[in-house]
Amino acid sequence: MTTTELDRVPELAPRDYASPLASKLERLWATKPGLIGWLASVDHKEIGLRYIVTAFVFLLVGGVEALIFRIQLAWPNQHLLTPSQYDQLFSMHGATMILWYAFPVLTGFSVYLQPLVLGTRDMAMPRLNAFTYWVYLFSGLYLYVGLALGSAPNAGWFNYVPYASRPYNPGLNIDFYALANILLGVSTTLGSLNFVVTILHQRAPGMSINRMPILSWGTLTISVGNLFAMPSVTLAFFLLWLDRQFGTHFYSPPSGQPLLWQHLFWMWGHPWVYVIVLPALSMVSEALPVLCRRPLVGYTAVALATVLTMVLGFGVWLHHMFATGLPNIALAFFSAVSLFIVIPSAVSNFAWLATIWTGRPIFNTAFLFFVGFIIVFVIGGVSGFMTGSVPADWQLTDTYFVVAHLHYVLIGWNLFAVMGASYFWFPKMFGRMLDERLGRWNFWLMFIGFNVGFFPMHITGLLGMPRRIYTYPDGMGWDTLNLIITIGSYIMAAGMLLFVVNVFYGLKRGVIAGPNPWDAATLEWSTPSPPPPYNFVVIPTLASRTPLWEERLNEGPYRSQLSEGTPLDHGKEVLGTSSLDAQPNVILRMPEDSIVPLLLALVLTLLFAGLIVKAWWLVIACLAVGLALQLAWLWPRVELRERRP
Amino acid sequence: MSTVVAVSRRSLPVGSVGSHAIGWWGMICAVLTEGALFGYLLFSYFYFAVQPRQIAFPPELPSLWLAAPNTVILLVSSVAVWQAERGARRDSWLRQVVGLGSGFVLGVIFVGVQLLEWQSRPFGLSSNAYGSLFFTVTGFHMAHVVLGLLILLALTVWSALGYFGPRHSAPISIGAIYWHFVDAIWLAVFFSFYITPYLGLRHGP
Amino acid sequence: MKRFFLGDLAGPRMTAAKVGAFLIATLNDSAAHAAAPLNYLTGHGVRSRPIATLTWALMIISVVVVVIIVALLLAGLRRGHGFSAPAPGTQMPVARPPGGASWIYVGVGISTLVLFVMTVWTVVTLAHVANPPRTDDALRIEVTGHQWWWEVRYLSPDVSREFITSNEIHIPLKRTVEVDLRGADVIHSFWVPALSGKTDVIPGQANRTWIEADKPGVYRGQCGEYCGEQHAHMGFEVIASTPEEFEKWWNSQLEAQPNASSELAEAQNTFIAKCGICHTVRGTRAGGHLGPDLTHLISRRAIGAALLPNTRGHRSAWIADPQHLKPGNYMPRLELSGPELNAVSTYLDTLN
Repeated sequence: MTTTELDRVPELAPRDYASPLASKLERLWATKPGLIGWLASVDHKEIGLRYIVTAFVFLLVGGVEALIFRIQLAWPNQHLLTPSQYDQLFSMHGATMILWYAFPVLTGFSVYLQPLVLGTRDMAMPRLNAFTYWVYLFSGLYLYVGLALGSAPNAGWFNYVPYASRPYNPGLNIDFYALANILLGVSTTLGSLNFVVTILHQRAPGMSINRMPILSWGTLTISVGNLFAMPSVTLAFFLLWLDRQFGTHFYSPPSGQPLLWQHLFWMWGHPWVYVIVLPALSMVSEALPVLCRRPLVGYTAVALATVLTMVLGFGVWLHHMFATGLPNIALAFFSAVSLFIVIPSAVSNFAWLATIWTGRPIFNTAFLFFVGFIIVFVIGGVSGFMTGSVPADWQLTDTYFVVAHLHYVLIGWNLFAVMGASYFWFPKMFGRMLDERLGRWNFWLMFIGFNVGFFPMHITGLLGMPRRIYTYPDGMGWDTLNLIITIGSYIMAAGMLLFVVNVFYGLKRGVIAGPNPWDAATLEWSTPSPPPPYNFVVIPTLASRTPLWEERLNEGPYRSQLSEGTPLDHGKEVLGTSSLDAQPNVILRMPEDSIVPLLLALVLTLLFAGLIVKAWWLVIACLAVGLALQLAWLWPRVELRERRP
Repeated sequence: MSTVVAVSRRSLPVGSVGSHAIGWWGMICAVLTEGALFGYLLFSYFYFAVQPRQIAFPPELPSLWLAAPNTVILLVSSVAVWQAERGARRDSWLRQVVGLGSGFVLGVIFVGVQLLEWQSRPFGLSSNAYGSLFFTVTGFHMAHVVLGLLILLALTVWSALGYFGPRHSAPISIGAIYWHFVDAIWLAVFFSFYITPYLGLRHGP
Repeated sequence: MKRFFLGDLAGPRMTAAKVGAFLIATLNDSAAHAAAPLNYLTGHGVRSRPIATLTWALMIISVVVVVIIVALLLAGLRRGHGFSAPAPGTQMPVARPPGGASWIYVGVGISTLVLFVMTVWTVVTLAHVANPPRTDDALRIEVTGHQWWWEVRYLSPDVSREFITSNEIHIPLKRTVEVDLRGADVIHSFWVPALSGKTDVIPGQANRTWIEADKPGVYRGQCGEYCGEQHAHMGFEVIASTPEEFEKWWNSQLEAQPNASSELAEAQNTFIAKCGICHTVRGTRAGGHLGPDLTHLISRRAIGAALLPNTRGHRSAWIADPQHLKPGNYMPRLELSGPELNAVSTYLDTLN
């Protein structure tokens, strides 16, 4: 009678993906067929892919927005867009890219990959995982409903008050932005919580903290960072909404403090910059060594640099406010920290260089993207170094130099890494390779387009072109450069389009990949491609960071045990292990697929819809239904050992 | 020579057990992020308090008549919930139910007194910056108390139905963490809004 | 001296040459300033010069770093021992060659040294430019940022010598000008790249900055913080001239406008009726404060916050439909009849 067992000695079974054990696990873990089954799925691979696809759709939408206003800026004195349309477009572009693409795409990769690289079968809280995805999706749709109604945010993505407060912005534009951000904040916070628990509690036995893949270091670091940073922005937007709708006095003079917004926003905003690049950096640190045929140089240094960057990232928010009239001593301090935050990035950078120099690179598309990534990483880094210096920043800030810098950071550090990672992990996700020939075209178009499109922005910035202007006069020295920028952005868009083509081609016609097409070292490559719903037929036990390379590296006396392990087939089970040394300490029961996360996400979104139209009855109804659903969700269950049978 | 590591064959507990429960970890993370939220709320309060122009702060010191006893009530409720948790571990149905139940009742009293406190204030949410801060911060806390009360209520009912025992006490522990957190946060809010003015962070022109 | 416009050179093929030419032009401050009026690679005052030097130093270091890293990267790729893409699943050799860690030590060591030097330079420059070197004889003005124009009040110990103008700041050469910044509505940023960096104009907060020019000229300024629909057209000009010329200008600005002669009385009345609610012309009944002070409008170089040269044609076009030239600005379309428009224009012509 399995339902009453309180303790169990885990059984032992051989790794065989064709065994009856495998089919039993398949039955236990597989997403049920049909639409309802699909909507109710809590499989992390399913949800991870949904995240990635959704984020890429937002990337394309945000890109199209930029392509539209780049036409306006290609020549001086253009009036294709009215100022109001331009303002909404550039605000939507920024918000979409930074909030609805850059982080969610990394979340998608993490949701997909973390359980696989950690050697477990799902996220710690699978239903919560589904919930966070749906809330993310709905928050994005919520924002775009605003655009469809002509009420898209128009105060830039950092939305400074008092311009964003009601007297100067009376429409619903900012309300849509504020509420969509709060909704997204719920998703981001809960998602981060889920990663922290998963990574600290569900690593395969033997994967002590110093054997954890760099990929997991990245996700763990930024997830902990999010737990501390997210409340700041969520609160900032909530207070703004109160100011706008209930006449509170947080931000608007005479008794409000406009700078309070900037403090709250950037206390989140700067850590956020690292949140949306560190996991991307860690993907490079994970995949680049595989393509250089050696373990990463300086694993410990890179892991600690990741953590240090996040920690320092909480101490530099004032560098977005150098021109606001702060005391000189504060400026000097924050300037110094902003310069020295370059050091941990330098650690990673030299670790990659050393990995390439001492390794033997495989020249494929993924590798090209990583090389391109390193180049733009350095350019984005040094332009950040320039803006970190207060007196220089007084000139550079709010010019196109900053626009260039932030695109080198966000496209360079995030998108190029994501592209490389897509070429690298696509075979794992779909069992087929992306095409190399298309891939090379994709890379060169994107790399050339990106640099042609964004490098000249440094120069227009130095020539004094302010950001966020809907048009500009001629005779300022900016004309030709802006035309070049526009041409570059279209070349880059063509490259992006080629990627979409390659994905569809790869899904249909790609070469069959096999479990480990790159001959890589970590656990996700020890399962079939695509992985079965249960990921691992038996749970592996680790003895090193590179379980699949141990024989060839021939280091240390111990080898990982991958060919047999505990099957955990008495239900949907995973192994819980201790946080530092990953000793097994509990067998955890995972919940079944459930439609409740979707329903709850819908109710929450409906509640926010009630808030924007101020239909209080709807808000209260949603609260009541939501609480009831929560109760159903949390009702202690026998099968999870939460109550006496 | 190399050896393949042995697969651990230690006997393991199955399911949600104490600090091995996923929910326990989740709650710790939730408390961290909620703690940060209140950190930012209090940052906002002190940001206003240290501005050279404190035009919106009331000149009189805050009254402790209601708030001080109410603080004691909330702390006692924490003790009650702690007792309930011990009861569950020692398989005492009565201690579980009474502990959780009295924690719940004390929490409800806290909410009632807090409503009186709100009513006694001469200003409102939109009167001035101090009013906005006071009602928003205590309002956020109140929302957390109400959520905590719902959790305590559910736990009381489940306890009464005999769901929990020594081996099945994780939900009570998890709920208790949240309730203790809500109480700890109140101490921070109470200190900021009621005690610091007496310590010299004087408001008013 | 040859006037130098980037845009004057031939098409995109010439870009590298142009940028190079611009960089050479920066060696000659005036040429650079003419080619790109808002550039800040050349300083024209004691405040902006150390900043420009620091910016150049940072930029040169940055370029050197990028060149070194890219060279190292490409050299690493060209060592000829890599593989071209093998078939999926092929077992490839794996090794852990020694020597990687020294890259991190050396690279981070050098980076730290450079960062340390630049941090010291930054702090020294900050201390040097944050406050004016001497303030005893400083000129003080108060600049108020409005959506989307600048109000400028000249302050004097003698209150009768104070006056208000807009969108054009005249300053005497080689004398510190302290600028008190006031926000009327949303956040703006006061920025004259040739003379100083940005200082935000924040409602409810008294910020102060300072400028000083050491060469006569017209320096363009611009709002540096996004402030709404017409942020793009929130420019102004700083005109630096000799102390004598400046004094002359001040005195002329102090004068009120005389009541219009009889043939202009009709035009003046039309102006007061149609424009006087928002605009002030000292000496007349036009006393509005919502828009710029127009007392000496004709003395200014531009209209609409550095939007258009101040010619009669532009003034008439503006009055006829301000929303066409600067959509979203707070001056409504007045629907003036032809004769009214003519009258207002005629009256404005007299505001010298």
